[in-house]
Amino acid sequence: MIDIQGLDVVFGHGTKTFHAVRDVSLKVEKGQSFGLVGESGSGKTTVLRALAGLLDRVAAVSGSMTVAGETLQQQRSQAFRRRVQMVFQDPYGSLHPRHTIDTILSEPARVHKLERIEERVVAALEEVGLDASFRFRYPHQISGGQRQRVSVARALITDPDIVLLDEPTSALDVSVQAEVLNLLMRLQREHGLTYVLVSHNLAVVAHVCDTLAVMQNGEIVETMSVQQLRQHQSSMPYTQQLLTASLGYDRSAIDAFEEFGR
Amino acid sequence: MAESPLLCVEDLHVTYHTPTGMVQAVKGVSFELGREKLGIVGESGSGKSQTGRAILGLTSPGGEVQARRLEFQGTNLLHADRRTLRKIRGAGISMIMQDPKYSLNPVMTVGKQIEEAFLIHSNDSKREAYARTLAMLRAVKIREPERVYRAYPHEVSGGMGQRIMIAMMMIPEPSIIIADEPTSALDVTVQLQVLAVLDDMISERGMGLIFISHDLNLIASFCDRILIMYGGQVMEECKAADLQQAQHPYTRGLLGCLPRLDGSQKELAVLQRDPAWLDTQGSTS
Amino acid sequence: MQANLTLRGWLLAEVPESKTQARCQRLFISWLEFKGNPVAVVGLLIIASLVAIAVLAPWITASDALEPDLAGRLQPPGSEHWFGTDELGRDIRDRIIWGSRITLYIVGLVSVIVVPIGLMIGIVAGYMGGWIDTVLMRLTDIFLAFPRLILAMALVAALGPGLENAVLAIALTTWSPFARIARAEALTLRNSDFILAARMQGVSTAGILTRHVAPLCMSSVIVRLTLDMAGIILTAAGLGFLGLGAQPPTPEWGAMISLGRQYLIDQWWVPTMPGIAILVVSLGFNLLGDGLRDVFDPKSGG
Repeated sequence: MIDIQGLDVVFGHGTKTFHAVRDVSLKVEKGQSFGLVGESGSGKTTVLRALAGLLDRVAAVSGSMTVAGETLQQQRSQAFRRRVQMVFQDPYGSLHPRHTIDTILSEPARVHKLERIEERVVAALEEVGLDASFRFRYPHQISGGQRQRVSVARALITDPDIVLLDEPTSALDVSVQAEVLNLLMRLQREHGLTYVLVSHNLAVVAHVCDTLAVMQNGEIVETMSVQQLRQHQSSMPYTQQLLTASLGYDRSAIDAFEEFGR
Repeated sequence: MAESPLLCVEDLHVTYHTPTGMVQAVKGVSFELGREKLGIVGESGSGKSQTGRAILGLTSPGGEVQARRLEFQGTNLLHADRRTLRKIRGAGISMIMQDPKYSLNPVMTVGKQIEEAFLIHSNDSKREAYARTLAMLRAVKIREPERVYRAYPHEVSGGMGQRIMIAMMMIPEPSIIIADEPTSALDVTVQLQVLAVLDDMISERGMGLIFISHDLNLIASFCDRILIMYGGQVMEECKAADLQQAQHPYTRGLLGCLPRLDGSQKELAVLQRDPAWLDTQGSTS
Repeated sequence: MQANLTLRGWLLAEVPESKTQARCQRLFISWLEFKGNPVAVVGLLIIASLVAIAVLAPWITASDALEPDLAGRLQPPGSEHWFGTDELGRDIRDRIIWGSRITLYIVGLVSVIVVPIGLMIGIVAGYMGGWIDTVLMRLTDIFLAFPRLILAMALVAALGPGLENAVLAIALTTWSPFARIARAEALTLRNSDFILAARMQGVSTAGILTRHVAPLCMSSVIVRLTLDMAGIILTAAGLGFLGLGAQPPTPEWGAMISLGRQYLIDQWWVPTMPGIAILVVSLGFNLLGDGLRDVFDPKSGG
């Protein structure tokens, strides 16, 4: 479904450049959940945004990316924009503050000239567990968890095949996170969606994904199945350290931490 | 041998008067702090940060703090005058906050800020302050203290910024540190390294720590005792080691809804909020 | 309970059932907030009175108000002529009332020209960035550099005196700060997640600019407009004072001050009354602008 080869992303120009992503390659099969894990500055979000086509004016993107057989050009096609959707991290920033939920949800339908817009909006709201009374509220009138559900609903309106998830639950309380993760997994099963999930939280990725890639300093350190991760079958010290750190505070283990050249 | 606790909090209330009515951010919180690491864990709106701020008298204007008892080493914090409070803040109880970007003065060098924190509470000379600052920077495992001394806050990484924050707050040698989400903005490996520094300093100096966070897993593995807060009240208090045997349905609910690295990929148990939890209750244990 | 049927009930309903209702509810809440600021309400009342006076002019002035009456020239304020009469015997109060129409005309025309131009240039420059931004901002700088009165005089010299030309001159020198403000807002908004989300949906650049960026820049622009209004009126008055704006016998307030200048010492009311009118209206716009700024603060959800 998704095939990325030799992706390189460089920000800035002239003397001040920042090589955010170096030679990243990954493949995601249809219906799979692929996780991109890493600490801040690892480049994981940049990879996602490069795939989404959101970097065209701010960075130099090279390498080849193929989605559902279509090789991606500088400008994404309308077909791509219908087929690939994204859910962002910040529930407070991803919805336009002056638009009602109804406007937010009908926009993608209008852009792609879909039919029966009102029905789609109501159906999408129901799918994410919000009733029709939410239609004409404004984002500031609903909670963070509800906003994130609206973001997910917006991603579903065009009946996409692929959903890119950028730290979708990092800004949510733990109890709300559980609800949203359950929702995401149910939707994937019901609609046969392909997910690419970016997170710094190894537990979340282990819960939602089948395969994951660990990134550091713009490069993929290791690609493995979640099975292998749970069984501590990593071959790379960086991954092992990340895994140890994710399990909680262990004073003796911390003394053994290495600085992995940043 | 029972040593008297460093801090006694009994029936603490923090109330805000808003145009739409009274909001009770903290409703009757009670606990004691000895020379130990106490974790206060809760979701947003649980009142955990408000509790920490109320202890230091840092509640924002518009908020009213009341308690049956709020004592630090025998001094009543509620009725203390401003001079006493100023002496206690920093040298008695200190606070570390979440983001060093916002809590360090961006236009002063790191060294100057730490020195200032020292000189406020002592009458020593500047040379002594300089020496102490460098010693403190070394104590928080900063490798080139002279270079960092001359650096500005924006020139250092997040993890180093928090260690600088720790140095600044520890230099007046307080008895208690209140840390409000001190590592939430950091990567997980850096988080643990910073906490290790904090851990070592607290055990060496026999201090008390109140660690406020939303991360149940982290608190359970780092602290000695845990308070779980919800709706401004303490739902449960237990030893960190006994967390898995917690009784209160809210605590069990929180434990159940966390995705685990060693768990299955089955649906996460969703926390069912019982409105009865918000009713004012007596202390639970 | 009749709560559902009343307007207030509709405006305060928990669940809005249509976009119109939602929008009206938001406006209503903003209005309630605005009402809570007494100074702003004073401003609003002043402007509302200005509009009322302008509309009702034919009915509240004498039918021969603008006719000279040389016998009754330079009468001090009294029961028959509240503000006295001017050098041609015309009732000053009535002239001020008719002049309010001109003031509103100036204010309205300038706004209608300046806001769309400034907004458009600003958001395009801010959102697109790059060379488009550079070119548009240098254009803005050029117009910003012109001293208002000098440009006005140049235009009038070229096109001849008259109210419309004065308005054009004012508009040309007023739009630049609005472009700057709109650009600043657009720059911050450009990287917001909701804009990125719109791009993910495939919304065209034009769509993003009109439906996403512009509505968020409107508040700052409107506040700036009301605060600038005082300056606009004074500039028009200044032009009128120099004889470059409205021509006699048009009862434009600035022109009235100009012609009445020579009587300041002995018949103070002739230039002073229109001067007070300008003062009050400028103050009204200022207070209104301050009140709007408080309401439009994003934290209040307005």
